[in-house]
Amino acid sequence: MANTVGIVGYGSYIPRYRLKVEDIAKANRADGKAIISSLGVYEKSVPNYNEDTITIATEAARNAVEYAGIDPKEIGAIYVGSESHPYAVKPSAVTVGEAIGAAPWFTAADLEFACKAGTAGIQACIGLVAADIIKYGMSIGADTAQSKPGDALEYTASAGGAAYIIGRAEPIAVFEKNLTVSYTTDTPDFWRRERSRYPEHGGRFTGSEAYFKHVINAARRMMELLGRRPDDYDYLVLHMPNCKFPLRASKILGFKLEQIRPSLEVVKNIGNTYSGSSLLGLARVLDGFAEPGDHILMVSYGSGAGSDAFSLEVTDKIEEKRGRTKRVDDYIQDKIYIDYVTYLNHTGVIIK
Amino acid sequence: MRKVAIIGVGMTKFGELWDKSLRQLLVESGLEALEDASEKRTLRGKDIEAAYIGNMSAGLFNEQEHLAAMLADYTGMTEGNRPATKVEAACASGGVALYNAYLAVASGRYNIVAVCGLEKMTDLLSGSVTDALVSAADREYEAFYGVTFPSLYAMMARRHMHDYGTTLEQLALVAVKNHRNGYYNPKAQFRRLITVEDVYRSPVIADPLRLLHCSPVSDGAATIILADAKTAKKYTDRLVYILACAQASDTLGLYNRKDLTTMESVVSASKVAYETARLKPKDIDFVEAHDCFTIAEIMAYEDLGFCEKGRGGKMIEEGLTEIDGEIPFNPSGGLKAKGHPVGATGVAQAVEVVLQLREEAEQRQVKGAKIGMSHNIGGTGSTAVVTIYGRDV
Amino acid sequence: MDFSPSREWREINARYRLESSMCERCGRIYYPPRDLCPVCRRKSIGAMKTITLPRRGEIVTYSVIHAAPLKGFEGRTPYIVAIVDLGGVRIQTLLTDCEPDEIEIGDEVEAVFRRIREDGERGVIHYGTIFRPVRMPKTSVHAH
Repeated sequence: MANTVGIVGYGSYIPRYRLKVEDIAKANRADGKAIISSLGVYEKSVPNYNEDTITIATEAARNAVEYAGIDPKEIGAIYVGSESHPYAVKPSAVTVGEAIGAAPWFTAADLEFACKAGTAGIQACIGLVAADIIKYGMSIGADTAQSKPGDALEYTASAGGAAYIIGRAEPIAVFEKNLTVSYTTDTPDFWRRERSRYPEHGGRFTGSEAYFKHVINAARRMMELLGRRPDDYDYLVLHMPNCKFPLRASKILGFKLEQIRPSLEVVKNIGNTYSGSSLLGLARVLDGFAEPGDHILMVSYGSGAGSDAFSLEVTDKIEEKRGRTKRVDDYIQDKIYIDYVTYLNHTGVIIK
Repeated sequence: MRKVAIIGVGMTKFGELWDKSLRQLLVESGLEALEDASEKRTLRGKDIEAAYIGNMSAGLFNEQEHLAAMLADYTGMTEGNRPATKVEAACASGGVALYNAYLAVASGRYNIVAVCGLEKMTDLLSGSVTDALVSAADREYEAFYGVTFPSLYAMMARRHMHDYGTTLEQLALVAVKNHRNGYYNPKAQFRRLITVEDVYRSPVIADPLRLLHCSPVSDGAATIILADAKTAKKYTDRLVYILACAQASDTLGLYNRKDLTTMESVVSASKVAYETARLKPKDIDFVEAHDCFTIAEIMAYEDLGFCEKGRGGKMIEEGLTEIDGEIPFNPSGGLKAKGHPVGATGVAQAVEVVLQLREEAEQRQVKGAKIGMSHNIGGTGSTAVVTIYGRDV
Repeated sequence: MDFSPSREWREINARYRLESSMCERCGRIYYPPRDLCPVCRRKSIGAMKTITLPRRGEIVTYSVIHAAPLKGFEGRTPYIVAIVDLGGVRIQTLLTDCEPDEIEIGDEVEAVFRRIREDGERGVIHYGTIFRPVRMPKTSVHAH
């Protein structure tokens, strides 16, 4: 186990503002109840006007450092995965690194792979740590997801993020056999062109050929490599564009509702945080559910398209570090409801 | 140190003077001061040996620096190539110019010195005026966070209300009183009576301060001529002496103050001024105070020693600072009604004190005024100038 | 006026991490950092130690700006400016994530990293540490 790379600490952040799906439906003259029952999402987190991917990533990163109890100067790499980096050119990761006190001896880059750039960063960190190039690496998935007013995405596109510190020393969960599996193809299910404000998507094409194919293939391959079956896992965490997709994928994979339920509370309560989605799901499981010895399967999904799978075994360090920072549920519960017009204002649609 | 007298005063009307430029304002107030000083013999431009000009920021307001050269050029001081100096201390620029001119005469270096205060603020659109004014605060650690001047004084007001129970009505009464006084001042920007209700109905600028708690954006200039007592008597018998003039400093940022409801600079400058003049607050007949916001006048009552800390609200409520009260404050209408062309204010206060002491203030005359005081503030109290004037030496 | 990005860049240690200076001679703490303790003056040279301020504190005073905002804050009215006390050191800041009517002098606040202003749509975005009220969550997670 000493040679194994794992999660040394993690941190979450969710903005305080919420918009009810019913209120979005009302603004769009749609049937709110029908939308809620179809998506399984009740409300979504909305960034304040002064929040963006950099500020969300920084808050999550600060919590992660506190949870890990490490000197931020020992972090040798910071990756910020997002599809809403504030700058087209100028990395988000450098601001995060300066703000948490990791600068200047670290490598940094911004990653983009739709909703899975954060897990791609974790893979990079696992590699650098496993090769003993760095002591700790941090990867953050954070987004202030954009959606065109009236678009189907508007019901779920939300804001939030989570940061993970990867290392060998005192991990709270280890990547089994240092493994990670990715399944990647060129599948145009969702995209945003340079200079476009909002993403476009292929409607129903985002389903079987996109989300399900990639998530299921990556999950199955990971279980094959480790000789595992769904019953061997205590928890399953998937990318959560809504409640419906991960539930169906988990059923197809042969998992039970109890295994995926703890992470699904995140999407129900705050919507789809894009790059933060699967990472916040995992954070909620680690916050209050996972016990030493438990196994967790996490599979992300990013449009375009690809999935990264990770198989985690929880260690007894989790009991020591747990509770050092705010939990996902602390953020979920700390909320202020706003109306649709205020939401348009926060997201810059209305320019005063 | 020699005794210093004010031999002439001049002032333009204050207000939105759309048709007047910086240099026109300068010349207009200067000429009036020269005329005023020429009672027994003509005071000519070339008799003036040096000039000081108080101006906060013509650089930002008018994109014009080097106002001292403009003053020398447009007033004819280039004849003889006399020295002119611009002095900047935010809204206390006029007061600090006066202080420096006072030292120049008292020390014996010059016999006759002109002090001009000048600001032309309406050349900028209002959003930019807010931005220019906030340069008087800490740009990187106050203004960076969106702080404006009304909000800085609003933060003092809220703390004063919290600590001493000062009320919104007491704050409003300051504006009501100063508008009442300004009604009788022909040079005031606002000659309009207002009520407490009007204050309550005016739009909120920076809570708890509303529009009618704030002094306006103004254009204007004021000039006074100083001379040593001996020289002074050659020109006029209507002499007003500067009995004391003291300047003090405090932190640039409001946040660095130990006590947000006390301006230590004012306490310190007034202490020096009282000691120098060998006077006490009870000897002062009236005060021209720096009421850039209503709370500033209430704090001035306290910091200048006219009441205990925290009692300022009661003073206005009890009418003690009305024009016929125990210690009238701002018979001119103050910055609130007279107007506040920031760099001109400190000099304009001296103009009013002189008029009052000469009993030339007509309908706003404070009866029997023999000793007057002016109180000029820069920023949030980062600079303060307190001056005491008397008819007799 | 157009400024070089260096003007804000040189302040980021103080703004991002609440770095301040402690005079090791007298123990006074200054924010923003200073190279000289104005009390100990020359004796403080070389004795100004960098420390970071606590990330929680309380509201000393505040104002809600409704009109005449500063440039760059036009669309944000009403916004709340406040002086907060962080373990005995006071700083000027903004309050966020709250409504003006829910705050009072003495309320506890926590630091959050936020975008403060930007040099127009094409310019540099300036970040910094501001504060928000510490709220006690009252509602529970949706029991769906």
